[in-house]
Amino acid sequence: MKKFVKDLRLVAIEHLPADNFVLRLTDTDPLPEMRPGQFVEVLVKESATTFLRRPISINYIDRQKNELWLLIHAVGAGTRLLQTLVAGDFLNCIFPLGNGFSTPSASIQHPLLVGGGVGTAPLLLYGEALKTAGITPTFLLGGRSREHILQVPLFEEIGTTLLATEDGSAGAKGFVTQHPALNTECFDFIATCGPLPMMKAVANYAKQHNIYCEASLENLMACGIGACLCCVEKTTKGNLCVCTEGPVFNIKDLMW
Amino acid sequence: MAQLQVKISDKLTLKNPVMTASGTFGYGTEFADFIDLNQLGGIIVKGTTLLPREGNDYPRMAETPMGMLNCVGLQNKGVDHFIEHIYPTIKDYDTEFIVNVSGSTPEDYAICAEKIAALDKINAIELNISCPNVHDGGMAFGVTCAGAASVVKAVRKAYSKTLMVKLSPNVTNIAEIAQSIEAEGADCLSLINTLMGTAIDIERRCTTLSIGTGGLSGPAIKPIALRMVMQVAKAVKVPLIGLGGIMNATDALEFLMAGASAIQIGTANFIDPTITIKVRDGINDWLDKHGVSDVNDIIGCVK
Repeated sequence: MKKFVKDLRLVAIEHLPADNFVLRLTDTDPLPEMRPGQFVEVLVKESATTFLRRPISINYIDRQKNELWLLIHAVGAGTRLLQTLVAGDFLNCIFPLGNGFSTPSASIQHPLLVGGGVGTAPLLLYGEALKTAGITPTFLLGGRSREHILQVPLFEEIGTTLLATEDGSAGAKGFVTQHPALNTECFDFIATCGPLPMMKAVANYAKQHNIYCEASLENLMACGIGACLCCVEKTTKGNLCVCTEGPVFNIKDLMW
Repeated sequence: MAQLQVKISDKLTLKNPVMTASGTFGYGTEFADFIDLNQLGGIIVKGTTLLPREGNDYPRMAETPMGMLNCVGLQNKGVDHFIEHIYPTIKDYDTEFIVNVSGSTPEDYAICAEKIAALDKINAIELNISCPNVHDGGMAFGVTCAGAASVVKAVRKAYSKTLMVKLSPNVTNIAEIAQSIEAEGADCLSLINTLMGTAIDIERRCTTLSIGTGGLSGPAIKPIALRMVMQVAKAVKVPLIGLGGIMNATDALEFLMAGASAIQIGTANFIDPTITIKVRDGINDWLDKHGVSDVNDIIGCVK
């Protein structure tokens, strides 16, 4: 898939609870082909301490409005600078990068997409792609509390949306892997993105139930295009670049 | 349009002075979506060793003010893989691909160099005796005159094409090391490799990088690199290739004026994958604007 480096124009920035925000970006040309689970390397301008680009997963693509959405949690100096952008600003982006989630085979009937915190971002586009392909996904979204689970109405438009919060303020109380649906429903495909301990717990569940499972990793990255070899993950096939051979991995290939 | 060709040895002329630094540009093809590789003076492909290497554990990178630390540790699939699988994909580009060669013993380097010598379209190698991230070899050779000379001597016997040697800045007197390498018959020197540094994660109370230290690159090191190019230019006669934190054409022109016949762009490729072409165009624009018809007229003009 061809990669581009472009200045995308910020149509709007939508501020969400708990220091999260959505950048809605557009271009004068139609946005190129992109897959769910791929990411964008975003340049944070004019900051001596945030020298490298920030890898941000693709949250959603609105083809009608020609918009690319990035859902970001302001957690460090770079993302906090991105949080100060205003409509009309330009953001230099390298995209689309990485492999993306796989297209499940026609035999898949009950895919489960598990996300935690801002890690739910790529599952929105992925869920919509599955629905378009005739497979309605179930979402299981987790967070510390209600305000940490983002874009819930958008997920609900696509598929059954289950919530889990650590404080019980929304959905089931506890971690996503403690959600009662995991004991009652039969899933035949799992994709997950979020904090590492959560993904490892999801991977364990998948292994125990012998369900195919993919996880999207977010190792520290420099180039994003397979040149620097900084973001490697140890796998059964050796050290692989998360940026080009991931970020999505079959959990069977990981050393978890 | 100024004349941009530069000679980096009696045997090798580049179409312009802009090259890419090893380990920052993959095998070049990673950047083919963004720029026309044929427009570059040269591409130094990533560090290649006789046998495959897995490199160091993650985390291998830490962002620092105006730069980054890395401890990748020469991950590569070995020289035979390069010859069989990579070379066929790059050999038809109209630019100079130069293979960065590393090893654990002088013999390793020499065997690796000999294998690469058999490749028609590869007209030069860059000896890496300055990698700070591997224990066996790498920088161990590059920090003493005798160590550097031993590797260059072994490779020179096995390799008759253009031999470039990459210098470590992690030394007391880089000019003396340069002289000992020149004495063993190296055709040109590239400088500088990364500066050894570290970073600490204060929450976990441990070093950020898996092996504790890494090599610092990026604009943070440019003034040091530039000083070392000037220093070495006064000490040796062979052409120099300058690198270290070059982010734009102004930086590149500084290195040329300091005495480098060509330059390499490294970490800047991560920030802007099109930077190499911008630097080449920027050098040309500066020359045109100042009425300089040949880039060679400014090389080493600052004494």
